[in-house]
Amino acid sequence: MASAHLIDSLQGQISSCEAQLQDLRRQLAEAQYSQQEEQRGRPNADPLAFDFSHGIHDDFRSEIEAVLSHTARAPLPSERWPLNRNEYRRYGRQLIMPEVGLQGHLRLKNASVLIIGVGGLGCPAAAYLAGAGVGTIGLVDGDVVEESNLHRQILHSTARVGMSKVDSAMVALHSLNPSVNLVPYKDRLTPETAISTIQDYDLVLDCTDTPASRYLVSDACVLTGKPLVSAAALRIDGQLMVLNNPPLPAGDTAGGPCYRCVYPKPPPPESIETCGEGGILGPVVGVMGVLQALEAIKVLTRSAPVSGDGVVTAEPPSLLIFCAYTNPMFRSIRLRSRKAKCAACSAQATITPEALTSGSLDYVQFCGSIAPVHALNSDERISAENYAKVRFDVNPFTGFEPKNDSHILIDVREKVQYDLCNIEGSVNIPYSAVTRIPARSGNTKSAEDPEWIAELKKLPEKPVFVVCRKGNDSQITVRKMKELGLDNGGQRWIGDIKGGLVAWRQNVDKEFPDY
Amino acid sequence: MSDPKNDEFAITVEFSGGLEMLFNNERKLSLKIPTKDDSGERSNVAFLVRYMCDNVIKDPRKELFVLDDTVRPGILVLINDADWELEGEDQYELKDGDNILFVSTLHGG
Repeated sequence: MASAHLIDSLQGQISSCEAQLQDLRRQLAEAQYSQQEEQRGRPNADPLAFDFSHGIHDDFRSEIEAVLSHTARAPLPSERWPLNRNEYRRYGRQLIMPEVGLQGHLRLKNASVLIIGVGGLGCPAAAYLAGAGVGTIGLVDGDVVEESNLHRQILHSTARVGMSKVDSAMVALHSLNPSVNLVPYKDRLTPETAISTIQDYDLVLDCTDTPASRYLVSDACVLTGKPLVSAAALRIDGQLMVLNNPPLPAGDTAGGPCYRCVYPKPPPPESIETCGEGGILGPVVGVMGVLQALEAIKVLTRSAPVSGDGVVTAEPPSLLIFCAYTNPMFRSIRLRSRKAKCAACSAQATITPEALTSGSLDYVQFCGSIAPVHALNSDERISAENYAKVRFDVNPFTGFEPKNDSHILIDVREKVQYDLCNIEGSVNIPYSAVTRIPARSGNTKSAEDPEWIAELKKLPEKPVFVVCRKGNDSQITVRKMKELGLDNGGQRWIGDIKGGLVAWRQNVDKEFPDY
Repeated sequence: MSDPKNDEFAITVEFSGGLEMLFNNERKLSLKIPTKDDSGERSNVAFLVRYMCDNVIKDPRKELFVLDDTVRPGILVLINDADWELEGEDQYELKDGDNILFVSTLHGG
């Protein structure tokens, strides 16, 4: 079986590499063709040059030349029209839109956009911006492509698992549109590098995935005067804001609000879920990334709208909320303007370029992090290996054969995860159901107690083992069960499996699925 | 207080961005809340938040909704589709038919 998998995988990789090679050959052929075309059209393209140098009165000649001077200076076919032939063809469908037109397209072509994060948001955003002919696209990401990225991070591919996300995205974007200048940054953005990275660009997309990076990107955009298109997604929900738009200096109340104006304080770390924990539907994050590209195109192609009194205006700030399972799916909310006491963009701003580049601002600390859970003593925990002995080995003291029903194994992952894979004989009590039980002390009964509590009480002798995905929720559950008096004042052992199913897979059952 | 029908009004409360998990996975609730708070003042959003903590929220993890007597950082409160900062924040006085949306910030990408 294993070798069949290997053969499949190798065949897949070979055909993927062949497709890439084929694509590169096609690109090379195109590049050679357009080079030939250019050379063919270049020399002596001005038919008037010959006639005018023979037998024509000097005054008349200089008059005509003056009239034609600008065309005389632009004899190349590529300069005859504002765009070259390929560009007219490639961008024709967007060029004929009044919202873009020739001027809008030239703005895109001369523009530079920095995409921070080349994941679920950054991939679709980059694809559409490269497709639209944005002149320069910078890509920032320190991660490598993982298999679990591929359902949503559409620039990466199975063959490029393990490659840096920036390199992988460059392969895909180059093959989509070879004329875009791509600039790689294969490290995470840090406070020290943020300003120097961002200042060369016209506009920034925040496609990152942590609160700390979102505050950092926003602060750096305020300090460098760049508009910021910020989006986020989790499960079935998405959010989108255009911030610091217009990007006026700190203290100018006509400027657009920044991330700190909307969220002055970071959320408590225990309220934060990642896509790895909460899950994400591919098209949900895709839709948000595509909308970021759209907002970027709108900002870049805008012909500086100036109101009567000469002030640059922009759309009033708003937050777009997307939910895949409500009707309607989109909802737009009016946001506040710049906050009078904002730490980043007000006249009283305390966040300075020096503070950022010196590294004295610690964004990770500002947002906090969840301390590892240490809710249990060591005698309330068992390693995955030792739990395996409980299941599979003869008891060395009693000589009893192992039996699954000698104990109770409770899996506290949510039901949808439990249904994916579980240890045989385990019982599912989702953690959300555990946390919903109000705190109380002692072995008191409550009318609202769920059935599983009664079930456990019916088997007062059997030890209870609790397992979860990583070994945190299981500890909290053990604490809760003891609070509820399920350990009969210490007569029944209740404890958790250290490291959860991750440890179970690593140390006991290598075939237990990794999702 | 002669007419009991005037003692409460109907409002809609909605949740987005994962907050619905604290409210039994319901994204939209129709609530009838008293027109006046305990001290006889007209009910405002601060009162609504207290009322929800005492009467509506099922999950004991109330700290994921309220911190220091107000909505925790990372939750936007929107009154009739506008940031509550535009409407007087928690001092906004509720009226019949209001829509209050609580949005938890997302960070995934």
